[in-house]
This record gives sequence, structure tokens and C-alpha cells, in this order.
Amino acid sequence: MPTFVRTEKCDGCKSQAMTACMYICPHDLMKLDMDGSETGHAMKSYNQEPEQCWECYSCVKICPQQAIEVRPYADIVPLGAMVQPLRGTDSIMWSIKLRNGTMKRFKFPIRTTPVGSIDPYGGKPAADMAKIDEPGFFNHNEQNGYRAGDADELIRK
Amino acid sequence: MAEFGNPEVVLEEVDILLIGGGMACCGAAYEIGPWVQAAGGDIKVKLIDKAAVDRSGAVAQGLSAINTYIGSEQDPADYARMVSNDLMGITRDDLTYDLGRHVDESVHLFEEWGLPIWKTDEKGERHDGSKGMTLLKDGGKPVRSGKWQIMINGESYKWIVAESAKKALGADNIQEHVFIVKLVNDKNDNNRIAGAVGFSVRENKLYIFKAKAILLAAGGCVNIFRPRSVAEGQGRAWYPVWNAGSTYAMAAEAGAELTMMENRFVPTRFKDGYGPVGAWFMLFKSKATNAFGEDYMDRNKEMLDDYPPYGKAAVPASCLRNHLLLKELREGRGPIWMDTVTALGNLSETLSPREVKHLEAEAWEDFLDMCVSQCGIWAGENIEPEKKNSELMPTEPYLLGSHSGCCGIWTSGPDDVGAPTDETETGVPDHLPKGWHWGYRGMTTVSGLFTAGDGVGASGHKFSSGSHAEGRLAAKAMVKYVMDNKEFTPELDADVDTLVEAIYRPVRNYLEHKDYTTAIDVNPNYITPRMLQFRLQKIMDEYVAGISTYYTTNEQMLGLAEQKLEILKEDALKMRAKDLHELLRAWENYHRILTAEAHMKHIQFRQESRYPGFYYRMDKNFIDEENWKCFVNSIYDKESKTYKCFKRAHVDIVDKSKLFK
Repeated sequence: MPTFVRTEKCDGCKSQAMTACMYICPHDLMKLDMDGSETGHAMKSYNQEPEQCWECYSCVKICPQQAIEVRPYADIVPLGAMVQPLRGTDSIMWSIKLRNGTMKRFKFPIRTTPVGSIDPYGGKPAADMAKIDEPGFFNHNEQNGYRAGDADELIRK
Repeated sequence: MAEFGNPEVVLEEVDILLIGGGMACCGAAYEIGPWVQAAGGDIKVKLIDKAAVDRSGAVAQGLSAINTYIGSEQDPADYARMVSNDLMGITRDDLTYDLGRHVDESVHLFEEWGLPIWKTDEKGERHDGSKGMTLLKDGGKPVRSGKWQIMINGESYKWIVAESAKKALGADNIQEHVFIVKLVNDKNDNNRIAGAVGFSVRENKLYIFKAKAILLAAGGCVNIFRPRSVAEGQGRAWYPVWNAGSTYAMAAEAGAELTMMENRFVPTRFKDGYGPVGAWFMLFKSKATNAFGEDYMDRNKEMLDDYPPYGKAAVPASCLRNHLLLKELREGRGPIWMDTVTALGNLSETLSPREVKHLEAEAWEDFLDMCVSQCGIWAGENIEPEKKNSELMPTEPYLLGSHSGCCGIWTSGPDDVGAPTDETETGVPDHLPKGWHWGYRGMTTVSGLFTAGDGVGASGHKFSSGSHAEGRLAAKAMVKYVMDNKEFTPELDADVDTLVEAIYRPVRNYLEHKDYTTAIDVNPNYITPRMLQFRLQKIMDEYVAGISTYYTTNEQMLGLAEQKLEILKEDALKMRAKDLHELLRAWENYHRILTAEAHMKHIQFRQESRYPGFYYRMDKNFIDEENWKCFVNSIYDKESKTYKCFKRAHVDIVDKSKLFK
């Protein structure tokens, strides 16, 4: 189900620092056609290698114009399906249209903290060089997650 | 001014280079800061990702579960036993045990950072992760969808982990859209790492890094076998299509010892979309059947007796479950069905209408969080899981070390769990370490080269959380390595011009020959990366136990594959790149060839069929515990361009007898 870009919606991220879809695609598929020489649509993006698309939806979710959609893989899926997200800061809304017209909508949480709020080392201890050869991370058991295990299980010790 | 074919060369020196931006490198990026600071602060670290860290690696799309969470109720030894059992007895208990004791530390951080984790309340009802219930670290109860898995709302899992990694390392120390394609050894010690080279996929720039220590964690390997869908749908690989074997290929060329490269994973998944089945089996209690509604695990259970002791395990290994399923397909009792209708019907009987609605949402979310394509297929085929069943199908083979596979690099383990300090098998090349730990946790057999996640072989079942934890373990050890090697100044064993020439060869091939023909894709002087990939996939599929032979091969077929791969490797030097995007594909496919070759050579060396259901050597269609319950390892000689395989002894560090009936 490769992505496609709606001609009338894509603005080439003209007002942004970079083209969002091109930036985010993990497989380098989305490309901005600067002069229209490749698609006939200047300053709009397109999927340059649709048969390599994992349909991870990273570009669909990040597009500020909601210009990117997905048409399920033509060699597998009957026409008429649509699966489209609207990703917010704490939740994502999905609209699904079945070929027979049935609509489904789901909303799921995606994050419990504000975007950008992570304080990686806030409240964490400093690393102790004296312990660099011992098991455990720099914040050893600060998260109550170290499972020391029953020493008798180690049969060669 | 740099232009295509004449790139600007950027030379940079760092102390520690992280190659990759997935869970493992994000874990390393997080852990390394405090140790660098404790070490005095003047250690320069840089992370290089071929994509964007927010959405790179195997978790790019999100996940619906964290598949490795030990919890307070289980022991790391139980985890090591489970991994061993699923991988037919040949895993490194030292690595899995060590991962098991550390992994929950990362999971609890994910929750602190904002990952919604489902919880079970005191009445046993489950709630999604937005409800603000007790944190796991404070004793909150997760929703188990299996002994080791916990359910999450994981659409933004990678985004969250990336935010922490980026803040920890600092934006200036992260370079995105640069593809590292080759490691460089030290001029004065060919078993030591000195740097890495690659190119920007955005600008005409070539990067040459010198580094004292490198963490190579660039994922597993996808698309070396012809996939079931060969047109648009070939992008719908089960594992991410951008995992190109770069980890294994670059490590091999640098001289690192590989292990268990014969291992592969053939997941049985929802047909065509490759949607996950774990929650369906374990959370929704669904059954899989043949065309006639028969449970093939029950119908064919006597087939498990052929593989003692593994067939006697309470939970048969993934490959053995495939083995029983494949009998149905071979004998014409397909398709295989996931009976979602009965499963949801049974669950709905005791639920209120509100809860039934919630159950339906959970069923769709399982795909929407990590495999949206499967929803596309359901939508296109008018499938609502409570009304219509879905087909299952075993996929094309995948090579990886973090999911249910264990191929990868031979890696130094912990020194406090009783791992061997000597080697009892003969034939191991002299320059390689004898025991299972040689100073630095996570280091390969090449000094200064570390790995994590899909890179660490002979373990497996670490998944997203374990890969993050493993990256952290490696980060800590790398700081120690750099501290211990303060006097070392890396010197590259190749000059800059040679490196530039090698990396840009596909571009030169194109520019030199493109005008010879009128259509640029058909030219006797070069091959497109796309066609080279098809050739690789055809060889691997037809001779090395792909889908077209129902995963079977034999010595003669492997011999033919060997010849064909050798020629393919020669032709790889004639790949063309008409732009930077195609240069990326050219190098990915070069990495795929080296990985595929290792896979073939290891299957050829191992005189048995260790993973029935994943592959069959039909001329050695048995498991030989006496002679082959050992690791098969290899090293690659970059001068002669050949792999050499050898055995290493397997030892149990935890007691496995508890697994078997």
C-alpha cells in the first residue's frame, strides 16, 4: 500500500525548514520535485520508489497539510480501502473505510507526557566510575527494574 | 563546489561512533552521557543514522507490545531458558541472562518518558496506557499478552525513545541521512577498528570518521530472499525493508567473527499484510486451523517426537510450530485460518456492549500500532475480524538477532555468570578469543568494535526493549574501552582516495557509461541495484531454501548458490547509481549479498537441519545433537573475499531440563 501525495494539498513545505515527508521517511522514498521535471508538478513531493514502501505511515502522520495518503498495494488488495490517521500530540485518530463502505473510527493514546518534555537525567544519580565493571546501568535500580535473579540458577558458578 | 560524482570529503575525528539510530543506538545514546561525564567529560560521541532518528529502525512504525519484560515475578534464568528453547538449544545463556536482568530498567524509563503501557486493575479489568494508573516501577500490573510480553499503546514508541536519546546526546552530536557503508581497520593492527566511512543521501558529501570505539547496530536483514509479493507489495516485508544486513556485512568485512548465520526466522503471520499474531493467540485466545477447521498443532503433534528433547518442551519452538503447519500446506490442506470469529465470539459472551466495543478497538489497534497495512487488507477485503476469519501464511526468510532469530556477531558477554573461559572445539583461528568474555561487554572480536540489538548473535528474543538495554550495556563498556586506550590514536588502513573511489564506484559506473545506450536502465556496462537485488533474491529463493522450494535445499543446491553468489559479488562492483538515492540502494544491496553469502555458507557447513520449519537440508534432514549442538561461527577474509566456518562449543549456564516434559 504505497503512499501517494494529493496534488492540490501538497505545498512542498514551502514555509517549513525542510520537506517533512522527505525528512522522516526511513527508506528515503519521498522526494520533492523541485522543478516539476519528474512528475509535472513543481515543488510537490512524491514517492519515488512505491514498491519499496513499507507503509509505515511516518510521512502520512507528519505531513502538515495532510496531503499524503495510502493506496493499498495494487498487487494484493482490492480497490476502495482507506486507512487514514490524524496524529495529535497525545492521541491518534484512525478512520478506516472498508471497500463495502463501512466506516470505522478509533482513537488511541500515543503519549502520556507533553511532546518535548522528557528530562533524560532529571532526578537521576551520576554514574559511579567505581562501578563501571559491575552489572547495572548508571542509574542502577533507580527504576526498580534490575532483576538480580536467584544465584542458584547459574549452574557453572 | 561539490557535485554528483565529485563529492566533498569531510574528515572527522571522534572517540565513539554510534552507527544506527534504532532502539540499540538510542539506548547507547542515553546511557553514555553520565559515563562520559564521570570519565572527565572529554570523550566525543557521535551518532550517525541513514534516516531520521524519530522514525528509524524496526520500531519506526510503532509497536503494540513490548515483547521482553521480565517483571518481578520471573527470573532472568527463566528468560534465558525460554530463548534457548525457542532457538533449538543453541544460544549464549550469558548474553540472554545478562539482558534479562537489565531489560526492565529500560522499560520503566519508557514509561517515565511517556509511553502508554496497559494496566490491569485489582478486578482484573484491563485499561489502556492513558489512565495514569500505578507505574510499573511502583508495582503497577501490566497486561500480559504472553509470559514475556506486555501490551502498550505504542504508535509513538520510537518517537519517545528518540526524544530521550536526542536530548541526552545533543543535536550537534547526531547526524541524520548519512549512510555508513564500510568500517576501516587500524593501519597498525588489522584486528582493531579505526573508523568508518559513508555518504550523505542528501548532499554530495562523503564522510570519513576516525573513532577509537564504534557501536555498529544497524539492524537485521530483509529482502535477500524473493518475497511472496513481488510487485508493489514487495515493500510489505515483515521486518523493515530498510534493514539491509549492513550490520553483518560491515562487521564481517572488518574481520569480526559472526555466529549462527545459518539461523533465520520465518514468521507465520496474517497473509500478505504480515500483521502480528501474538495478541491474537495469547490475548484473544484465538486458534489457527487448516482448511477443515482442524488444529494442526494437535493433528500433527506426533511430528514433535522426531526432535527430542526440543519437541517435548511445554511450548514448542517457533520453527517446530511452522514445521507442523507446513505439513498442512504441502499436503493440500490449506489455507491456514486464524479463527478470529470464534475467539472474539467467545470473549464477547461475558462482556458488556461497551466492553465488546473496546475489544473490537483492541483488535484493530494491534495492527494500527505496528502494521497498518494489515488494516488496509482487512478494509480492502471487507474483513471485520468478528465476522470473517483471516488467512495465515509463513513468510519469506529473514535474518536477525533481536526478534525470534539468533544470527549475528560473536560478542563478549558478562564475566560474572559462569561463562566458559576456554574453547574446547578445535579449528577456531588462533587470533580469536577462547572464552565468552574478553574484557568489554558487547565488544566483537575486533578491538573497539561493539554491537547490540540485531547485531548480537546467539541470543535473540530481546526485541525493542532488550535492544535498548543492550545498547546501554555496550555504551558503558565503550567508555571503559576508551578510558583504557587513551594513548591509542586511530590510523586508517586505507588512504582517502581509495575509500572515495570505492564508495562512489556506482556513481562512476553510471557517469562513465550512461550515454552508451539510449535507455539508461539497460546497459551492458552496469547493473541497476534493483535488478541486482532481484538476482540475489532469485538465487536465495531457488537454491537456499526460500518459499519456492518450501524452505528445502541440499548440498548440491547450496553448491550452485555458492557459484552464483560469487559471480553476483563480482557483478556488484558494476552496480550503477544514477543519483544519491540509488547509491544508497547500491550499498544496501552490497551488504545484502555479503549477509546472504554468510547465511548460505553456514547452512552448508552445518551438517544437519537445526531449524525444521525454517529450513531443511533434505540431505541431512535431522537434528544431530551429538555432533552439531554447537555454534557455527565464521570470519570473512576481505582479501580473498571468502568466509571460513568453524565450530565453537556450546555450554549451558542455566539448567534446561526444566523445559521438558
